Amino acid sequence: MRSRAETWLWIAQRASAALLALCVLVHLATMIYAVRGGLSAAAILGRTRGNVAWLAFYSTFVLAATVHVPIGLRAALGEWLGWRGRSRDAALVAFAALLAVLGMRAVLGVFA
Amino acid sequence: MVISPRDADDARMSTLDVRVWRGGAEGSFQSFEVPRHESQTVLDVVTHIQRVLEPALAYRFACRVGMCGSCAMTVNGVARWTCRTHVDQVAADGSLEIAPLRNLPVIRDLVADMREFFHKWAAARGAFAPTRTKRDDFARVAPESAARRAIDAAIECIGCGVCYGSCDVVTWNPDYLGPAALNRAWTLVQDVRDGARGERLAAVAGDAGCQACHTHLSCTERCPKGISPTAGIAGLKRAVAAAALRGKL
Repeated sequence: MRSRAETWLWIAQRASAALLALCVLVHLATMIYAVRGGLSAAAILGRTRGNVAWLAFYSTFVLAATVHVPIGLRAALGEWLGWRGRSRDAALVAFAALLAVLGMRAVLGVFA
Repeated sequence: MVISPRDADDARMSTLDVRVWRGGAEGSFQSFEVPRHESQTVLDVVTHIQRVLEPALAYRFACRVGMCGSCAMTVNGVARWTCRTHVDQVAADGSLEIAPLRNLPVIRDLVADMREFFHKWAAARGAFAPTRTKRDDFARVAPESAARRAIDAAIECIGCGVCYGSCDVVTWNPDYLGPAALNRAWTLVQDVRDGARGERLAAVAGDAGCQACHTHLSCTERCPKGISPTAGIAGLKRAVAAAALRGKL
């Protein structure tokens, strides 16, 4: 049972990493375009507000980070600090929730 | 007598400064001066110390020809099989520091307790589970098949523990099965005659199993037999993930 759960966490981390690789590339390209094009804050908001494709893309980005980061942190906490067991997993579920809330707040902030 | 600088150089080159670990988990290095010989191995150096300079020195060896896997030690900070490691390769400045293998309890001096190392082979289901009896015909395994080639690449392990002593993940997570046990499991997962694939994949999955490997490649770099446990562990990760996706883990 433990092996299965650990394996699913591993698969989730690899799958989210694949998504993140794509998202980061698109995100960087977008940032470079916005900066080099000299877009103002108003111009950027004009493009993002009400744009469902933009909302879907950055929601995926936030979700992938929410899955990926806590799983990686879980290994780091176990190996470097020796923190394992339920308390670690509970703390990381809380951390994942924080990432999701902060991330989605930012995404919705420029969508709505 | 006047000693020329060249004579002094020769005298220095004809001996080795050797620091050897004495004691158990707590202890210290003891210095010895050992005569330098052509084609001398690190095991020769340790043997000279034990036979001539310090009879109470504890160390372990058996075959002296790279087959038995008994004589692995940490030489100048790196895990090596000492019987096949020439002093020339590792002591360019004429000094050696010899310690027991890392990541294992020290029994005394250069002797590490290998029990945990081999317990983990059992925990990784390192024993072949036959599916035929002596009344059945021989299994036919094509030598050029991908599975048999994967086994060929990994099967020559002599159980010396060099990979285990080189692995940082073992240091960080003492429950981690380690490169040798996982490499063994990989050869059995590829074995078409074996009947315990499911149990073995379950045994090697998890954060003490194949998924804990960080792909640092220390085991692959240091394995004296040229095996890449990292490649086998990557294979196990794929096999375990595929089993999970099919609902068979």
